[in-house]
Amino acid sequence: MIEIKSLTKHFGKKPVVEDVTVTIQPKAITSFIGPNGAGKSTLLSMVSRLLDSDTGEVLLDKSNVKKMKSDEFAKRVAILKQSNHLNVRLTVRELVSFGRYPYSKGRLNSDDEKIIDQAIEYMNLTNIQHKYLDELSGGQKQRAFISMVIAQDTEYILLDEPLNNLDMKHSVQIMKILRKLVDELGKTVVIVLHDINFASVYSDRIVALKNGRVVKDGPTNEIINSAALREVYDMDIPVQEQDGCRICVYFNSHA
Amino acid sequence: MRLWMLIIAAIVLSLISLFVGAIDIKPSDLLDWDSDKTQIFLISRVPRLMAIILAGAGMSIAGLIMQSLSRNKFVSPTTAGTLDAAKLGIIISMLFFTNVTYFQKIIFSFVFALVGTLIFMQLLERIKFKDVIFVPLIGIMYGNILSSVSTFLGYESDILQNVQAFFMGSFTLIVSGRYELLYVAIPAIILAYIYANKFTVAGMGEDFAKNLGLSYKLVLNLGLVLVAIISTTVVLTVGVIPFLGLIVPNIVSIYMGDNLRKTIPHTIVLGMVFLLACDILSRLVVYPYEIPVNLTVAVFGSAIFLVMLFRGKAYAKK
Repeated sequence: MIEIKSLTKHFGKKPVVEDVTVTIQPKAITSFIGPNGAGKSTLLSMVSRLLDSDTGEVLLDKSNVKKMKSDEFAKRVAILKQSNHLNVRLTVRELVSFGRYPYSKGRLNSDDEKIIDQAIEYMNLTNIQHKYLDELSGGQKQRAFISMVIAQDTEYILLDEPLNNLDMKHSVQIMKILRKLVDELGKTVVIVLHDINFASVYSDRIVALKNGRVVKDGPTNEIINSAALREVYDMDIPVQEQDGCRICVYFNSHA
Repeated sequence: MRLWMLIIAAIVLSLISLFVGAIDIKPSDLLDWDSDKTQIFLISRVPRLMAIILAGAGMSIAGLIMQSLSRNKFVSPTTAGTLDAAKLGIIISMLFFTNVTYFQKIIFSFVFALVGTLIFMQLLERIKFKDVIFVPLIGIMYGNILSSVSTFLGYESDILQNVQAFFMGSFTLIVSGRYELLYVAIPAIILAYIYANKFTVAGMGEDFAKNLGLSYKLVLNLGLVLVAIISTTVVLTVGVIPFLGLIVPNIVSIYMGDNLRKTIPHTIVLGMVFLLACDILSRLVVYPYEIPVNLTVAVFGSAIFLVMLFRGKAYAKK
């Protein structure tokens, strides 16, 4: 369980995240939603130790993440930031192999190789595993990165806008994979999303942020309704139900 | 390209290098241990070969590390001020400390190379506009500023000609007793290979490295220390050889990718082959005289670099 306790971060004098307290439920998908500049990515970066908080603390199973050893932490929490501009020429397999770095430090044993094979297969990348990343499409690249995170074999997977620059088909594909990771492998996924409908359909819990503060935090069906969304986005968003999924129709809303 | 092909090329070129020169030495001459020719062979030819091999491998590896850590294909010791800073260090040590020993000169030059490169990396962190071409341009400007300080100091104290001759990349003056410092590059290269995986991970960016539990700052600093050690030893013994650290790692990257564990052996041997070929050419063009190797390297290097710029801009951006 990850507990975020009164976390605060200022960039210069501007508060970006203010007094945020959230508990991430294990074995579920939690989506961070909210308008631009709400502090979603900053919050995720602090949880994953990429960024130091000014005050407050993040507890991973009761222990402060700042006090954990970096390779131990890397075996338990993986973070994937937007990585579309990575300019390193590696093959898919090489990239996925680096997911084993916290365990093997680059000297892969047969167990590592087996896990790498499984991670590649899980993401359907077997037939392109020897291609270079710069030869892949955006969707394939994103799958390769997620495959690396799977090889890293952490309980927690944090993803910062993984659907950025992906078309609908690939976005759905990625979200389905994340669902599988939670349902089949028992992972805990935390994800920053811009499209509330992806959050609505695929996540178990939603944390809505606005101006650095938590406005809503709860199970998805408590957040996806017009009243709650109005608080978050300052928009009237009609919510319609279709095949058991709640869809927010925000395209024609009159604020 | 296969590694064994490169190794064979390196061996063939090494043999040619040993037997090309103003004085005609044949392998059979070496049978007489006390002959003048054997002496020349041992005092001049062998040291020269060793110097070329070490400088070629060293500069290529230094370039590879810098490109990985700066995440820019066009950054190298010549395009990031490293060599200019090393030069400046030597000149300052010569000017301000009259009784400076060779060892002190090395330390001075090393510290300057290290600090100079660190400053460039800091600059890089502050630049928002990280175009592949823009970054090395800034590095070249920065290097020229350092270099102009060196020139000014040299001019003021009337040692300008010495300074220019001293730093002109050339193997002409390499004889036994004048190049042994280059052996320091060997442990640096071995360390680079041991830490290859760490450099590759660091080359994917700070966030990426931290996610995998790598202490990014430590690896970055280690890399810069290795670059400074290699650059210093080469500048002090051979002088400035441009382009080598730029084009060799890029050629390897094009056909092998950027996994340093895989590319370091190729980079080492290709660096040797390239420099050996250029040096042999330098010795043959105006035989029995020779032209400085940095001239030959610059001619071929700039041509290859231009091709890379025009054809490879897309590749470097990816």
